[in-house]
Amino acid sequence: MSNENTQSVRLNRHEVLALLPQQEPFRFVDEITEVDESHIAAHYRFKPEADFYNGHFPGNPITPGVILLESLAQVGVVSLGIYLFALEEGLAGVESKLALFVDADVEFSGLVSPGDKVFISAEKVFFRRNKLRTKAMMATEDGKIICSGTISGFRVDR
Amino acid sequence: MSREDVFQKVMEIIKPFVKNEDVFQQANESTNILQDLKVNSARLVDIILNFEDEFDVEVEDEDADSVNTVGDAVSLIMEKLAA
Repeated sequence: MSNENTQSVRLNRHEVLALLPQQEPFRFVDEITEVDESHIAAHYRFKPEADFYNGHFPGNPITPGVILLESLAQVGVVSLGIYLFALEEGLAGVESKLALFVDADVEFSGLVSPGDKVFISAEKVFFRRNKLRTKAMMATEDGKIICSGTISGFRVDR
Repeated sequence: MSREDVFQKVMEIIKPFVKNEDVFQQANESTNILQDLKVNSARLVDIILNFEDEFDVEVEDEDADSVNTVGDAVSLIMEKLAA
């Protein structure tokens, strides 16, 4: 591990997205619009052709809550985690470690149909002893809340 | 605050994260938080933060690493309260 790689680096929003390990067909972030030490914001448009709509539900496609939660976690825990790890340990820290989703307390208050665009934001509650907790929220384009709550990730070796 | 008082409060704080209720009912200072009570290791951070709030102390990460048993937690908090 070279010295250069472990030096603190402030990634920009594009670099964070490029480092997000989740890929198609399990990536639920299109663009990160803001990221800093205390918060992150992103958006995603649910693809109408996504396979899970065939079963959830036949003839009445609705995005599963667990997928909404996954989207929240990919933004609020994994992406923000990448940013914070790079600040602490440089690119070496991002390449060797990953924030694994460990707990959530989330309420769902709206439905997401195929093709809907959602906006995800998360505020850091704490990042201590390898645990990152954020207060995260998903909303529609016109600001209606779809789901919100706290989610956490734990930094582990990849 | 007596050691017994601190022990009772520590048990209250740990309780929501315990997976083995039977062991918890008979827990004492030598009970291991992760191994005996089956608390998820990622929850130790929540427990430490709750100690800080409840006892109004600051627990450094290095101190937190030394907490394995309920008694370790009680000793650490007693130490912090006395400081």
